[in-house]
Amino acid sequence: MTTAERTRERRLTTARAMVEGIAQEMRRNEEVFVMGEDVGAYGGIFGTTTGLLDEFGPERVMDTPISETGFIGAGVGAAIEGMRPIVELMFVDFFGVCMDQIYNHMAKIHYESGGNVKVPMVLMTSVGGGYSDGAQHSQCLWATFAHLPGMKIVVPSNPRDAKGLMISAIRDDNPVVYMTHKGIMGLAWMAKNARSVGPVPEEEYEVPIGKASVAREGTDATVVTLSLSVHHALDVAERLSGEGIELEVLDLRSLVPLDREAILESVGKTGRVLVVDEDYRSFGLSGEIAATIAEEDPAMLKAPLARVAVPDVPIPYARPLERAVLPTPERIEEAARGLVGA
Amino acid sequence: MSATHLKPTPANSLTPSTIPRESGPQGILRATSSCRTFAAKAPSYPPLPSRIWLFVRQFVYYRKGGVMDTSTRLSLYRTMVRIRAFEEAIRREYYVGKQPVFDIGAGPVPGEMHLAAGQEPVAAGLCAHLRPDDALTGPHRPHHIALAHGVDMKRMTAEIFGRESGLCHGKGGHMHLFAPEVHFGCSGIIAEGMPTACGQALAFKKRGTDQVAAAVVGEGAVNQGGFHESLNLAALWKLPVIFVVEDNDWGISVPRSASTSNFSATDRGRAYGIPGERVEDNSVEGVYEACGRAVQRARRGEGPSLIEVHTLRLWGHFEGDAQGYRESELEDVPGRDPIPTYRRTLIEEGLLDEEEAQRIRAEAEEEVEAAIRFAKESPEPAPDEALEHVFA
Repeated sequence: MTTAERTRERRLTTARAMVEGIAQEMRRNEEVFVMGEDVGAYGGIFGTTTGLLDEFGPERVMDTPISETGFIGAGVGAAIEGMRPIVELMFVDFFGVCMDQIYNHMAKIHYESGGNVKVPMVLMTSVGGGYSDGAQHSQCLWATFAHLPGMKIVVPSNPRDAKGLMISAIRDDNPVVYMTHKGIMGLAWMAKNARSVGPVPEEEYEVPIGKASVAREGTDATVVTLSLSVHHALDVAERLSGEGIELEVLDLRSLVPLDREAILESVGKTGRVLVVDEDYRSFGLSGEIAATIAEEDPAMLKAPLARVAVPDVPIPYARPLERAVLPTPERIEEAARGLVGA
Repeated sequence: MSATHLKPTPANSLTPSTIPRESGPQGILRATSSCRTFAAKAPSYPPLPSRIWLFVRQFVYYRKGGVMDTSTRLSLYRTMVRIRAFEEAIRREYYVGKQPVFDIGAGPVPGEMHLAAGQEPVAAGLCAHLRPDDALTGPHRPHHIALAHGVDMKRMTAEIFGRESGLCHGKGGHMHLFAPEVHFGCSGIIAEGMPTACGQALAFKKRGTDQVAAAVVGEGAVNQGGFHESLNLAALWKLPVIFVVEDNDWGISVPRSASTSNFSATDRGRAYGIPGERVEDNSVEGVYEACGRAVQRARRGEGPSLIEVHTLRLWGHFEGDAQGYRESELEDVPGRDPIPTYRRTLIEEGLLDEEEAQRIRAEAEEEVEAAIRFAKESPEPAPDEALEHVFA
């Protein structure tokens, strides 16, 4: 068996892949450290730091008080001094108690300083719903962050990208918000998508920030999406393929910078686009993609752009209510059929 | 020492009539013109004390535990005068182009302007103990501590003027001054510079250096979450950080008594296990001594301290603030000006005479005017620069 074959064979969950990326960077660079709530002995509520405490000790894997303004701000301060903190905000929904440190400090100091101060920090956070956690623990909110200048936003959908994007994020001289959907982590305690476990190379590698990836090639329509919705879109694409409808699935992987070129290239090829977004519908990612196409050449569309997103309501608790608002495979399939006229 | 018995007649302070008392542009205009009128008045100084009296004063000073040498005391004075000369010049320039109708966005220095006249003792006393490799974060009113910490005056002035040669190439402005060469930064958001200082202190601690970080905030900051979260983190992690609260009695127009349940922020510090001292009377030597203890404690790895200084906001919250809410105390304000107070002390003790005081002031003015010239002569940034530096 060749090395390449062994690498292909080794499969990790997304969470394990993230941890491996963090650990490799921590071994390589003394200035990298992790802090956040329950990142130590617990190993991160979503498994993002499991095992790091054992290897690196409490000086480099620091449990913090429930004090997001304090410790995210401390991350900013440490980054200003040249360290490379990875700070976990347990749920992105908690940004309300600490957004000032994120958007007024972490994201702006480089610009405000005229480029003289760098803030090389990773803000790692979990997003998304689908398991009845209610309105304050189920949001994606990536467009909220992407709207505010100065932060790169990465949103991996699979283990291989998760590791490579983590390494890129740590090495980046900018603040990077690293958002993972709970449904792609491969958690033992949550129903998981089959693709939340996948092949991950053992060596260090980077996945470039700002580059989308074609998760599936197709000719009839492009599904532009990210995170857990990539998997739903792939499932739908496989089903429709049996009927002779070939969807192309574009996994954005980063929101900032947004790979507009990849979007336009794919849409230029298929002439039809469906945006699937687990964030709120209005004033968000789907509108940004529509604008990107409209600004380039509205004539490239053979049919009006379609979107499946969370309608502009908070995420409800009860299962049928939550399923009604999330971009489920059923909603995606219906929209895709409508788009291609099938 | 109490300042109330001193006559408020120094050349570099303002009388109540110079402080805007009416809302709107008229009040502002009156303030600036009064400023000029006053500057033309001849200063009067007390006679020099006799040698015997000087000996008694020095004896009393040492008996009280005074340990400062003469050069340190004169250096504190020079720092304060340098800051005052700067703030007065910025104030003068700020009103250029804002007359006869006040427009906050007009003139060579646009935007809000929060000047720190009266709060010089905090900057001088604290920064005398900081090295250029120590970190310092300032609030929205940052000029005094920036200058005292060694931020380049010319480039800082150019930043306030929004020029290409500014510290931040015109992207920051007066509330967002960054000088990484002396680890200086600012936040215009109340209390939010404190977590940054904690993080800088955390980096120093992790690296095992003896650097310290200090965060200066106003007394209005002590009711913010960021204040409490920072105190807890600093105490919990025993960070080499010094929190300095400038209690100037006013959170814009709201007095401390109407905003804060405790008399002193040091009580809150103690609740988190952080030792603290409150310095009364805006005493620069009191600040110097308290901050000295706090900085040494941090350098020795013994954790954070909190120093609160009862200081004085000599002017409005921002320029153009008519201060109607403060009318009853404005008459006393000039008498509490820390600079003439300290000058009088130094003169009484024979460490300074009028001639030397004037020379110190003239030197400061010369430096400040050179900085203003540098700023004015510097080009404005090209508009397309606005798109640069979002990312490194």
